[in-house]
Amino acid sequence: MAKVIVITSGKGGVGKTTTSASFSVGLAQQGHRTAVIDFDVGLRNLDLVMGCERRVVFDFVNIIHGEAQLHQALIRDKRNPNLYVLPASQTRDKNALSMEGVERVLEELQDEFDYVVCDSPAGIEHGAVMAMYFADEAIVVTNPEVSSVRDSDRILGILASKSRRAELKLEPVREHLLLTRYNPRRVENGEMLGVEDVKEILAIPLLGVIPESQAVLQASNTGVPVILDEKSDAGHAYEDAVNRFLGEDLPHRFLEVQKKRFLGRLFGG
Amino acid sequence: MTTSSVFELKGSTFALPVLRLLGTDQEALSQELSERVHKAPEFFENAPLVIDLQAVRGRSSATDFALLIGLLRSNGLIPVGVRGGDKEQHEIATSMDLAIMSPGQPLPRRKPEQASKALSPGHTRLVTQPVRSGQRVYAAGGDLVVLAQVGSGAEVFADGNIHVYGALRGRALAGVKGDTTARIFCQTLAAELVSIAGQYRVSDDLDDGLRNKPAQIHLQGRRLRIAPL
Repeated sequence: MAKVIVITSGKGGVGKTTTSASFSVGLAQQGHRTAVIDFDVGLRNLDLVMGCERRVVFDFVNIIHGEAQLHQALIRDKRNPNLYVLPASQTRDKNALSMEGVERVLEELQDEFDYVVCDSPAGIEHGAVMAMYFADEAIVVTNPEVSSVRDSDRILGILASKSRRAELKLEPVREHLLLTRYNPRRVENGEMLGVEDVKEILAIPLLGVIPESQAVLQASNTGVPVILDEKSDAGHAYEDAVNRFLGEDLPHRFLEVQKKRFLGRLFGG
Repeated sequence: MTTSSVFELKGSTFALPVLRLLGTDQEALSQELSERVHKAPEFFENAPLVIDLQAVRGRSSATDFALLIGLLRSNGLIPVGVRGGDKEQHEIATSMDLAIMSPGQPLPRRKPEQASKALSPGHTRLVTQPVRSGQRVYAAGGDLVVLAQVGSGAEVFADGNIHVYGALRGRALAGVKGDTTARIFCQTLAAELVSIAGQYRVSDDLDDGLRNKPAQIHLQGRRLRIAPL
């Protein structure tokens, strides 16, 4: 039985799709068969970030409507045979996601995969609710600023009351906090909330802190998930987060301001 | 021998004053109501009252409602029912034991679970999980104890006292049915709004010295007092 993981946040532009892409690549790299689904029907982006936009034939909505078979729509990642992408439809809207349809697709995926990663759209409306409804685990992506934190709190409330696990009174969805776009220097200057502040407000376990990085934008634009960028801090931080998710106990990195030494400055290290 | 019944049921008509809400500005409402009551206290003393929500359909929130009910009761009025509101407003009214007075419209049947909650007076409602932004918790007929935090954008209501053992960052309204002896206790006061029996204060008006500290909130006469614990 595959585990269903939802990547969610409430607020838009905090890094859900970036996280979905890197997280699923990370899981696949560790040998887990992983499928990642774009729930953002009408505003699909995951295919671009994963670099498979030119191979999209069928999509999630086609499957829900029975217009294609699941294996026809799943796109195998070129870099990793364990990883498949199920793109969203760009021409429909979120109402095309029916509860029964989503359940059927997830059930079908569960037999073949170890992990199914659901990339949620922003907001708390139908699309976001569909993405989180069947989740076993939730990764709540949050930026260190008050509006993002409050929206994450809202999402946690919905997970605790409207998910399938909540409605059937099963063990609750396991919640993980992923703090993205973290800039220690700006935290030091008081322009950003610190890790401890966010942890205190949301009161859920911290899965990882992804430092703010130019590499993330470049990764999105080139369709290579940032976790594959071995030179970037953000990539390493995602790798750590995946390993923590899989049960490893690792210290959090990139929380302090890096002071470059003289030689380092000279050689750009 | 015929057995005599201990009661008979009869229909009867009463002329009740109707408070037609024209806006949702609580401050203006509070002031205007006090003025009116001050002018004719005997008219308002224990007067039953129906609240007409027609003009504010879809506009007033649960907080507005709780504040309004508290305000009316603390002014000596007895709100008995509402009419003309939307579905959500009717739900809130029902949860506060108010009747829905809409002739010709079938009453929504109350769920048995809700009924049992409302019918257990003096019962304390215990919440062990964080109350998240957007969530609303109401302790009908008694106190509310929250062992975790109340997030910014969350709302907690009680007919009695409210105790929050995590940080209180959302809204807390105690004594929503007009109990002026109700109090709010919290470990970390960072509330967006606190209210006792309709008297309220927003975060902006909190004394900085009390912020993020343990505090209790109660009514002294008609004034809301916030004191360190």
